[in-house]
Amino acid sequence: MSDITRAEVCVAACADLFLGAGETLASPMGLIPSLGAKLARLTTEPDLLLSDGEAFLLTPESTVEGWLPYRKVFDVVAHGRRHVVMGANQVDRFGNQNISAIGDHARPTRQLLGSRGAPGNTVNHRTSYWVPRHSTRVLVEAVDVVSGVGYDRAAGPFHDVHRVVTNLAVLDFDTPDHSMRVVSVHPGVSVDEVQKQTSFPLVVQDVTETRLPTDEELELIRTRLDPGGKRDREVPS
Amino acid sequence: MRDKRMTADQVVSEIKDGMTVGIGGWGSRRKPMALVKALLKSPVTDLTIVTYGGPDAGLLCAAGKVRKLVYGFVSLDSIPYDPWFKRARETGAIEVLELDEGMFQTGLRAAGHRLPFLPIRAGLGSDVLKYAPELKTIRSPYDDGEELVAMPALKLDVALVHLNRADRHGNAQYLGPDPYFDDLFCLAADRRYVSCEQVVETFDGPPQTLLLNRMMVDGVVEAPGGAAFTSCVPDYGRDEALQREYAEAASDLEKWPDFYEGFLR
Repeated sequence: MSDITRAEVCVAACADLFLGAGETLASPMGLIPSLGAKLARLTTEPDLLLSDGEAFLLTPESTVEGWLPYRKVFDVVAHGRRHVVMGANQVDRFGNQNISAIGDHARPTRQLLGSRGAPGNTVNHRTSYWVPRHSTRVLVEAVDVVSGVGYDRAAGPFHDVHRVVTNLAVLDFDTPDHSMRVVSVHPGVSVDEVQKQTSFPLVVQDVTETRLPTDEELELIRTRLDPGGKRDREVPS
Repeated sequence: MRDKRMTADQVVSEIKDGMTVGIGGWGSRRKPMALVKALLKSPVTDLTIVTYGGPDAGLLCAAGKVRKLVYGFVSLDSIPYDPWFKRARETGAIEVLELDEGMFQTGLRAAGHRLPFLPIRAGLGSDVLKYAPELKTIRSPYDDGEELVAMPALKLDVALVHLNRADRHGNAQYLGPDPYFDDLFCLAADRRYVSCEQVVETFDGPPQTLLLNRMMVDGVVEAPGGAAFTSCVPDYGRDEALQREYAEAASDLEKWPDFYEGFLR
């Protein structure tokens, strides 16, 4: 299949976040991570659990297979069998994330959502981030408010910030000091461009190109998961 | 058995300046809006509001009722940010205690169990602790020695919640997919008031949907449509048009007085 879009590359990169997850609750926030989680469930990770974003666990055929109201989500968070993919107004080189406020927390220049579940998620189970517009405003030297906890902070035995998927690249923290590293750049993107859109120096070694979705994946994305093409509005090519 | 039916205004007359009021629901879902409206119209002020925040938080900020807001987030769900909450924060009009959502639940549980605190991992390493120095950590007394957050009890003077059905004695039922935390709000409070779509003699549906029993409730208000414009499924979904109107008016101080007057009517 041809004319693969940037959005479709991002969906496949999000699907790959869940490799090896098995019977784990996938909690993707936002469209591209949601498509990625559903794609993983239909391909590599048939045991993944997916919620409707409300109180039900659904099969790929949208049959209810479980009940998970918010209070039980908190139980799963504490129990640990969950991989959340959160958004980030800011994320820094050690994976600290801010969804709380821009500026001084006492009187912010821009109030955001609040910390939501980010503090609990990041100290309890695997966490990844999705950044639809990779820029120096989002990938900052230091976040204004630490909502999600990064590697330079005391975060207990279950801290596991896995990856950051952006519209330009896939990044992780698999370096000696856990500072952010470029894993792969999406087709048509250079490492230089990724660095230019990032406020801190990235670790760059053995960078590959993000894989293209397979024909089977493209078929699923285009005909089953997102026939209306909403993905291309979140990530224009 | 006692008949606990009352009006929204009678509920609000129990709320005094400076009290801590917990509001049930979640975001823009099953908020006790009829009770909130009565509170908006009352002279009460200087409140500490404890809420998984939706338009309840924004409206109470708009009316100048809030001294301090305790929240994990404030969002209108289909509209990410509440403009009045944003304004209150960005002008420094309110004090806040911003918590992780799980810490919030743990604080309600501690209050309901009459404990000074309950341990939780959430909060460690995050700025939640930095901006709330009153939150302490505690070391496990067992061999692991792990440091945990000692989430203090979130004790409430008053809890306001909205459910689908209730009887006159205070037993109450949710019919939607999620109980949210309304039972925990009631257990954490000295005085507990439930509004409902309909007061019934007997309940239909599985008994597990009876979230509140009458030990947990001091007053019952029949308020059909009493969660609108937030959702109260299956009785009704969110009134997205009215919520948009709220958010647009809240973003524009010139439009606000007209909207607010119509909203309170």
